[in-house]
Amino acid sequence: MGVVARTGAPDRHSELLAQQTTDMPPIDYAAIAPVLIVLVAACLGVLIEAFVHRRQRWAAQVVLSLLAVILAGAQVIRHAREINTGGTTLSDTVAVGPATLFLWGTLLALALGAILLIADRSIEPGGAFVAETNTAETPRQPADAPGAASASVMDRATASVAGMRTEVFPLTLFSLGGMMVFCAANDLLTMFVALEVLSLPLYLLCGLAKRRRLLSQEAAVKYFLLGAFASAFFLYGLALLYGYAGSVKFSDIADATAGSLRSDTLLFAGLGLVIMGLLFKGSVGPFHLWTPDVYHGAPTAVTGFMAACTKVAAFGGMLRLLHVAFSASSWEWHWVLWTVAVLSMLIGVVSGLTQRDLKRMIAYSSIAHAGFLMVGAITLTERGLSATLFYLFAYGFTTLAVFGLIGLVRTSEGEATHLSDWAGLAKRSPLLATVFTFLLLALAGIPATSGFMGKFVVFSAAFSAGMGPLVVIGLLASALAAFLYLRVIVLMFFNDPAPDGPTVSVPGAFTTAAITLGVVVTLLFGLAPQLALDWASVGGFVS
Amino acid sequence: MNLLLALILLPLLGAIVVALLRGNERAAKPVALGFSLVELVLAAVAWLSYQPGGARLQLSGSVEWIPQYGISLSFGLDGIALVMVAVIALLMPVVLGFSWQERLPAERSRGGFFALLLVEQALTVAVFATTDLFVFYVLFEIMLIPMYFLIGGYGGSRRQYAAVKFFLYSFLGGLIMLASAIGAYSYAASATGRGTFDWATLRGVLADAPTSVQVWIFLGFFTAFAIKAPLVPLHTWLPDATEQAPIGVAVIVVGVLDKVGTFGFLRYSLPLAPEASQLLAPLVLTLGVIGVLYGSLQAFGQTDLKRFIAYVSIAHFGFIALGIFAFTSQAQVGAASYMVNHSIATGMLVLVIGMIIARGGSSRIADYGGMARVTPVLAGMLLIAGLSTLSLPGTNSFISEFLVLIGSFTTRPVFAILATVGMVLAAVYVLRLYQRVMQGPLSGTALLDSVGGPGAATDPEVAVDGGSGPGASRLALRDLDSREIGVLAPLVVLIVLLGLYPAPVLDVITPSVEATMSEVGVTDPVTSQGGN
Repeated sequence: MGVVARTGAPDRHSELLAQQTTDMPPIDYAAIAPVLIVLVAACLGVLIEAFVHRRQRWAAQVVLSLLAVILAGAQVIRHAREINTGGTTLSDTVAVGPATLFLWGTLLALALGAILLIADRSIEPGGAFVAETNTAETPRQPADAPGAASASVMDRATASVAGMRTEVFPLTLFSLGGMMVFCAANDLLTMFVALEVLSLPLYLLCGLAKRRRLLSQEAAVKYFLLGAFASAFFLYGLALLYGYAGSVKFSDIADATAGSLRSDTLLFAGLGLVIMGLLFKGSVGPFHLWTPDVYHGAPTAVTGFMAACTKVAAFGGMLRLLHVAFSASSWEWHWVLWTVAVLSMLIGVVSGLTQRDLKRMIAYSSIAHAGFLMVGAITLTERGLSATLFYLFAYGFTTLAVFGLIGLVRTSEGEATHLSDWAGLAKRSPLLATVFTFLLLALAGIPATSGFMGKFVVFSAAFSAGMGPLVVIGLLASALAAFLYLRVIVLMFFNDPAPDGPTVSVPGAFTTAAITLGVVVTLLFGLAPQLALDWASVGGFVS
Repeated sequence: MNLLLALILLPLLGAIVVALLRGNERAAKPVALGFSLVELVLAAVAWLSYQPGGARLQLSGSVEWIPQYGISLSFGLDGIALVMVAVIALLMPVVLGFSWQERLPAERSRGGFFALLLVEQALTVAVFATTDLFVFYVLFEIMLIPMYFLIGGYGGSRRQYAAVKFFLYSFLGGLIMLASAIGAYSYAASATGRGTFDWATLRGVLADAPTSVQVWIFLGFFTAFAIKAPLVPLHTWLPDATEQAPIGVAVIVVGVLDKVGTFGFLRYSLPLAPEASQLLAPLVLTLGVIGVLYGSLQAFGQTDLKRFIAYVSIAHFGFIALGIFAFTSQAQVGAASYMVNHSIATGMLVLVIGMIIARGGSSRIADYGGMARVTPVLAGMLLIAGLSTLSLPGTNSFISEFLVLIGSFTTRPVFAILATVGMVLAAVYVLRLYQRVMQGPLSGTALLDSVGGPGAATDPEVAVDGGSGPGASRLALRDLDSREIGVLAPLVVLIVLLGLYPAPVLDVITPSVEATMSEVGVTDPVTSQGGN
């Protein structure tokens, strides 16, 4: 246990508790600075909502959010250079090590892209998150009230006047802060709190799509209800594990699992429930049911944020939990997760083939990718860890760019995500079609893209860990999945466009930047993966 | 290394230039041809600088790529790779020359077509030249993408189906090969403590691997290459791809792309899994001979000119597989030289058939008849290509097929005898095709339509079949023009030259084949018999 806190802290800590005094535990501010920056910026964002005039809010929020993410990223890089193995802080509730810093860096970079997508106002007048026209004359009505559903599909002119609902920015930052804590949590309770902090803003964000209010609200409600269930499962599992180990700390659970005579029923029931909560967040396998609806209904920029960042956070948390707390008992549970990985790949690929909507199809593809990630996550070797981290990194950027591009193809009704709308797109906009093809090939895992490198490192790590059959299943699933993406490429390049097809918006600077970021990362790390692999394999998790 | 690097990068550079010029067809076409001719000169220089008795891999060089996984961008040529590089360098200007005026689907630019062809050339050269297993896999898969767009974007009426089928088949095979490659890497990591994808190192490590490991590795590679080179149960993508692809692309597919599969047998399957290769040789030989017979019978029964070529190729790939897995150096030299000669012979056959289709506007055999009266030169060309395809003595293919059969007879007499039946069938299907298309009175709807003879008002389906407008089939039936003769001339010269004097190719190939044989650990039964 690498301890940054002063020596002897645990003893004195328990003594202090007994005396009921409130002495602060030692805090390693340098380690948790990135999280603090993001959360403070989120709080400032709320204040901006309250006190800054509506006309200046957008600019203020965008500057604040971008600044916070960049500052936090700089701090992550600075800290990554300083530490060796990392350590725990805040009374051992948070552990910051190389792997966690890699996850934080990935999350922040992805969030940067997502915020750029969210902030763009040029594609749709007023942006995707346009505000209600509740000026002083009209009675104030909360935007999410039931009656707003019909009124909200407003014409574009009104939308451009009304401006943007700028509370998306603090919500995004809160969620991001939660994700970062989630990847660093060193006990189950902190993990649960972080899970809620990351989830609750997401539920709200999902409901903010302007032009498809009903779909969007349905998505939000569905996500909230299922998410609440998942949280409850997690909490119940937490309680069982506490009963098993007598502690919620990862390190104590790990000690307890290493050859004790306690009740295995408690352990596996608890682990199962906790993992179920995590699998839900990562939209893995049979716990995926919310994914297509939510991806479909949420505003595309938010979908990009969710697909990229939530996946990283969920798998980051799962990797930490499995590596730190449950590696000793892996022999008993790993076949369950084998099944989950296989199911996830199959469900994603097979259901994806039947989809007629692009966002839903990408949602199913993300379920298949979650299956591939599971293959890496359950290796429990150092190579497997770094491989899974790299996969997350690569997948996040590709997905972000994919959703950025999906947002550009629109009809007068809004986004055109039905597959038939994309027919012959290469004739209308060769550049968009080419870039999108490249990203789809990356998702399919064609060489020279980061997607392939991710698959390669994950599968080779799994193979070395003795999971040959799973690797073969994974490779076959990849081949099937390729058909999923080829279908779209065929549609774009070889089919004739419909006469009243959608138009391709010229992206604004922000969207262009976000898409470019995703595409460049996809290409760069396909050709030179060692840049990220080096960092991902510096070291594992600490506890 | 520098020369080899230039061989890989030059077509890529050419592709970029041509892609930039694609709006201006008059400029793009000569530039593309110019690049392909310079590439041909470079290939000739590489051939001349190659020393047949020298190092196993020549012109080699290496740059680290992903050191964590022991992957480096390393390249080098052995004799077999060299002749394949030379073949594609030769075929590319020929294909560009053929496609100079070929009809493309509406709204497709010829510049883009040529640029994609050049990209394909660069990737193919690289795939033959690489000596790193991982890089080989990467190129093996990337190669599919330009080909996918060439077939899907420029092909016939069912091109999308053919392109997707082609892509998925090869991609699936590639992924199975990746599993084997990862397995080889893991085995090397556990055996030597350091994983690597370097071909030479892996060869040394895997030679001592237990047979069970080798069998799995062999099967992975075998699946990929058997799809690529199509061996019989995995061949169904080839007829569709050949039928739907534009003629120039079909030449590249059957002439070069498929050779990656047979090349893979020689370069990867045999040396990396020597024991398993011998153990499973009967399986491959069976598939090969089935391929020879099945392909020949199918070719006999085809009603479509392009599908006919595909089945002819399938039969020939059966021969090549037979030669490789008979494990005598004669048979392997025959197989390796067959790879070259098949490219030249079948390449020419595809081109001539393309010229016939360009005249008749249909690819149905029944739409043609008695062309020789009107187009004697074209008929002569079809005859030369056909005779080379059926391995008439004096043409280039004869010596290869002969070596394969005589070499395999010493170790596998049953398979050799069965394959000989294929030679007879080849004569039947080639001559029958020639007879139906060229001899007799001028007949067939496509032709009568175009010369305006009796029965000119025929069913409109003919024109639709060929994917061409009615205007195209109204062209007067004319013999080959000087461009078409120029395109075919180098191939005719090579067919005759290599038929009479095959030494240049055999001299380059033989040392590499012998090296492969010794890597597998097989001694030639022929020499030992000669000693007794």
